[in-house]
Amino acid sequence: MKSIEIFSEYYKYFLRGTRATVVISLITVIFGSILGCILALMRLSKNKPANTFARMYIAVIRGTPLLVQLYIVFFQLDFISYPKMTLLGLDLERTLPCIIALSINSSAYVAELVRAGIQAVDIGQSEAARSIGMSEAQTMWNVVLPQAIKNILPAIGNEFITMIKETSVIQYLGVADLMYNNGIVITSTYNPLPSYYITATIYLLLNLVMGRGVTLFERRLQKNER
Amino acid sequence: MNADRQTVLEIKNLRKDFGELEVLKGVDATIKKGDVMVVIGPSGSGKSTFLRCVNRLEQPTGGQILFEDQDICSSNNDINKLRQKMGMVFQQFHLFNNLTVLENITLGPTKVRKLKPAEAQEQAMQLLDTVGLREKASIYPSQLSGGQKQRIAIVRALAMKPDVMLFDEPTSSLDPEMVGEVLSVMKDLAESGMTMLVVTHEMGFARHVATRVVFMDDGLIVEEGSPEEIFNHPKRLRTKDFLSKISTAF
Ligand SMILES: Nc1ncnc2c1ncn2[C@@H]1O[C@H](COP(=O)(O)OP(=O)(O)O)[C@@H](O)[C@H]1O
Ligand SMILES: [Mg+2]
Repeated sequence: MKSIEIFSEYYKYFLRGTRATVVISLITVIFGSILGCILALMRLSKNKPANTFARMYIAVIRGTPLLVQLYIVFFQLDFISYPKMTLLGLDLERTLPCIIALSINSSAYVAELVRAGIQAVDIGQSEAARSIGMSEAQTMWNVVLPQAIKNILPAIGNEFITMIKETSVIQYLGVADLMYNNGIVITSTYNPLPSYYITATIYLLLNLVMGRGVTLFERRLQKNER
Repeated sequence: MNADRQTVLEIKNLRKDFGELEVLKGVDATIKKGDVMVVIGPSGSGKSTFLRCVNRLEQPTGGQILFEDQDICSSNNDINKLRQKMGMVFQQFHLFNNLTVLENITLGPTKVRKLKPAEAQEQAMQLLDTVGLREKASIYPSQLSGGQKQRIAIVRALAMKPDVMLFDEPTSSLDPEMVGEVLSVMKDLAESGMTMLVVTHEMGFARHVATRVVFMDDGLIVEEGSPEEIFNHPKRLRTKDFLSKISTAF
């Protein structure tokens, strides 16, 4: 088996790339979620400008390819002086704009997940809260969000899983993720196919493991309800 | 005898449309302190909409609602303040699923009335005693029967020390054997002097507990009177029709 031979010789590259992919996806989902929650609340608010902004933002991000967004952020934000250093083998000058672009992208999807999670909470719950004189914000914070979070967290877990695959576009900006390292291995072995099999297997394993984690987590959330 | 009692709710020419659909077509009602006004009428006649306009869960399309002389629709009045004094009990209970029974009852008092947690809890336990559910304090709503949920929903509203209580078919989604326990809590409440506005199909309750009965049909109050007047000597044909239909149904 050519793949096994290549993996045992070049496993350091694959593992380094995998680490980068997982770390970048995780950071992206964290920032994307924070931004996404804010967007969802804007989207649900009765404040016209906030609502319109969120609506447009979500439409634009979901309506354009991630790779295009990546290049636009990279060139548009080139006035920022990113720290010239490496962390976990990642060149921050290239990685940070990618994380910004990916977070912006992810936030639009998370915003829709959060909105759906909030809207899935029975309207009677907020009416009951309003009927005892609680404000809109108090109702959201004390009654709606704690119930919505049970719908939202598993969905965000799935967003993380999606991100692991989506991040593969950052290789085009020279960020040393799994796909980028896959490329390095190919240039030194002159044999692309086994490397792609290895890389595909790693992505698949990550997805299966994370997916299992999300399922278990979801079950625990359901149990806690009782 | 009731001329000098304070007016709690004054409803004038209340109208409510949902788009094309005219649901309330000019409802007038006056509720004085200590009144138990029971609203009866066929399904779809606008009873729930009427109740929901009173605490502005629905925005009225026209007319005026004065609660203790304050216009509930005026932007000068803080609706959240006014709602604190108007308890509401829903057909579907709507206990907060994420909170224990005790937390359901103390949420409003601590967040809105700004009571200290210990004080709110003590008050909640006393209220739970009055409905015989003290031992349920630390469990979640999903573990309660319908009758227990509704008694706790009543307690949750009472914890705000309201001046009036609105009930929208509080026993309609209960199994028959649980209706009595909820009606008896409501009867006790009426006897304690609480001002109440109750939508119900429980004619026994209307007959024996109401001070006034209102028959509503097609978005209008057709007839209003004492239970004796409405049940024994209805004047309007539509009232007679409705009463004869429900008496054969039971
Ligand atoms: N939010 C709403 N949107 C549109 N129509 C509504 C809404 N709420 C109630 N209605 C309509 O208003 C009418 C009166 O409803 P409701 O007040 O619930 O009657 P009742 O409580 O007497 O059965 C019904 O035809 C109902 O379909
Ligand atoms: Mg109704």
